[in-house]
Amino acid sequence: MSEALVPHVAIVTEIRTETPDVKTFRLEAKDGGKLFEHMPGQCAMLSIPGIGEGMFSITSSPTQGDFKECSIKRCGLLTEALHALEVGDEITIRGPLGKPFPVDTEFKGKNLLFIAGGIGVAPLHSVINYCRAHREDYGTIDILYGSRSMDDLVDFKEMKEEWEPEDGLNLYLTIDRPQEGWEGHVDFVPTYLKELAFAPDKVAIICGPPIMIKFVLANLLEMGFEKTQVYTTLELKMKCGIGKCGRCNIGTKYVCKDGPVFRFDEIDELPNEY
Amino acid sequence: MKKIALSKLNELFAAIAKDTELHLPVNFKGETVFKKWTEGDNYAKDSLKTVKSPKDLFFPQNENISNFRKEGNKFIIDPVELPKSGIVVFGVRGCDEQSFRVLDNVFLAEPVDTFYEARRKNSVIITAACTKPSESCFCKTFGIDPTDPAGDVTTWIVDDNMFFAVKTEKGEAFLAKYADIFTEAEEDDTYRVENVKYLANQIFAKLPLADLTTEGWGGDKTDEKFDDPKWQDLSTACLGCGTCTFVCPTCQCYDIRDYNTGNQIQRSRCWDSCMYKDFTMCAHGTARPTQKERYRQRFMHKLVYYPANNDGMFSCVGCGRCVDKCPVQTNIVKVIKAFGGDKK
Ligand SMILES: Cc1cc2nc3c(=O)[nH]c(=O)nc-3n(C[C@H](O)[C@H](O)[C@H](O)COP(=O)(O)OP(=O)(O)OC[C@H]3O[C@@H](n4cnc5c(N)ncnc54)[C@H](O)[C@@H]3O)c2cc1C
Ligand code: SF4
Ligand code: SF4
Ligand code: FES
Repeated sequence: MSEALVPHVAIVTEIRTETPDVKTFRLEAKDGGKLFEHMPGQCAMLSIPGIGEGMFSITSSPTQGDFKECSIKRCGLLTEALHALEVGDEITIRGPLGKPFPVDTEFKGKNLLFIAGGIGVAPLHSVINYCRAHREDYGTIDILYGSRSMDDLVDFKEMKEEWEPEDGLNLYLTIDRPQEGWEGHVDFVPTYLKELAFAPDKVAIICGPPIMIKFVLANLLEMGFEKTQVYTTLELKMKCGIGKCGRCNIGTKYVCKDGPVFRFDEIDELPNEY
Repeated sequence: MKKIALSKLNELFAAIAKDTELHLPVNFKGETVFKKWTEGDNYAKDSLKTVKSPKDLFFPQNENISNFRKEGNKFIIDPVELPKSGIVVFGVRGCDEQSFRVLDNVFLAEPVDTFYEARRKNSVIITAACTKPSESCFCKTFGIDPTDPAGDVTTWIVDDNMFFAVKTEKGEAFLAKYADIFTEAEEDDTYRVENVKYLANQIFAKLPLADLTTEGWGGDKTDEKFDDPKWQDLSTACLGCGTCTFVCPTCQCYDIRDYNTGNQIQRSRCWDSCMYKDFTMCAHGTARPTQKERYRQRFMHKLVYYPANNDGMFSCVGCGRCVDKCPVQTNIVKVIKAFGGDKK
């Protein structure tokens, strides 16, 4: 059997409905214990055999426990079927895949600025909880998160109730258009970022739709950030997740194996094909 | 060096086939294909390149990678057993031999593809020197000596005899196993083999693609080549049929798909092609929207990306299959030439 391509069975032990089209699934090993070790930013191939496999960020931090969580946006065949799962159902999982964020090296001792849009918060969620668990290793934590509407803010409850009250952690939420019942900020993420005018003494970690990433990066550079201070994750179609099926390369790099986490100066060296 | 009369080859094949699966080129409907040898098959000794390369002996076009059964809401994974290890592949040309090493760099790199590894590990590769190349051959461009190819054992045909030279320990053990079928070559046999090589090299030097070079290509050429407007012209004719990738000995892209057979779910992998439109299609579209990007990917991978990740080794072996088979005659030779890789 080819270990790298053959998954493990995992059992769904909790399902949280985050937004109308995003659910978070908690997955655990069938016989207890850990499915595998992972670090923030790494991914896993989830599958319902018979339907197919798909790549998803592991949104839980290893500091949270033995389980793995994935926040999944319903958008096609597999994700539709995943959304139909119930607690107690089994699926399969293989991982960890890809390189994690450099949480124990390049991020250590730094002020961190997280900027996310929509489901893009998924990979950052793991980093944020990891940094919260090792609070003394990091400086201030600023989180700027936006979505289309109030209902599309993933992890809203956890952010408000658990993250926001913490010292040294600032949460800035925004939605694209005004909405009844929303008293917070209204604007697109890149615009709000400019308004917040963060000092460039931080490491910035961005994740979201490609268009948001583009404008956020431009604004960060304008604010005095260097590309070497800014990280993101890339997303391309994937099948094997281990750099062999030939599907996810950008020039000489395979996003599944050399990424999905990249620093912007590294991205600059890639040809423009993502 | 050992020798054997061509008339005794089937005796050798029968002896090998008794111990191990033996694959070699045979004639089939006017073409040549690699086939598992059984009594009555004749080695197509004059054939040059099989229609498809022998890569599917190690990386089959379709293979099962895991099986699942569903019981209620539970899944049971039925592991697929590793393929039997160790076959003998006979009559491999120098280009195809090098292609195995190109594939090794992908499939044997961590994490090892255990299916490929199992097939490849104890296999013996017996190569056949080329003496009558075709006009589409350009293996020498990639550092291959077709008149003395690598492999575990190399063979030459001189008149009515086949000569065998050992290249590796595995090859040594192989020849030792069938020692009683061979006779020892004599001193003037060595001369005769050298003569055949010499004559073959003279033919190679006159091939239409003899002057094709990889100059200007290599791992550090992404920036220089990627945005070159020539890709547009080169790719205009390409139909995106994928033929070039399927006949290519080094193309390694695959897809993974599930099939429900009724009794169980089979997850299999099959060859795929970067020339196909849906290869990279995903929710937010694709970064390779036209055939230009897909065409560029195929050739940049062979001549730039692969060398960047594999110590300069190219992932084309100059077999010329894509040159012969592309329905619209657009191929890697045209690409190399368009960028100036022709000394003439
Ligand atoms: C590194 C990485 C991390 C990801 N993390 C997350 C995550 O945390 N949460 C999440 O909801 N999604 C994530 N995705 C996207 C997720 O893999 C796809 O949305 C999912 O595979 C779609 O499967 P489907 O069968 O539902 O869609 P399909 O029925 O296959 O297709 C629906 C649409 O999605 C497209 N699609 C198929 N596969 C992919 C793919 N791999 N990436 C993008 N689009 C695809 C199809 O082409 C089609 O347009 C990630 C993708 C990658 C590569
Ligand atoms: S690209 Fe063409 S010539 Fe090169 S190895 Fe593949 S089929 Fe042969
Ligand atoms: S280069 Fe030729 S063989 Fe290859 S996909 Fe294009 S048309 Fe088909
Ligand atoms: S997903 Fe197969 S190479 Fe990246």
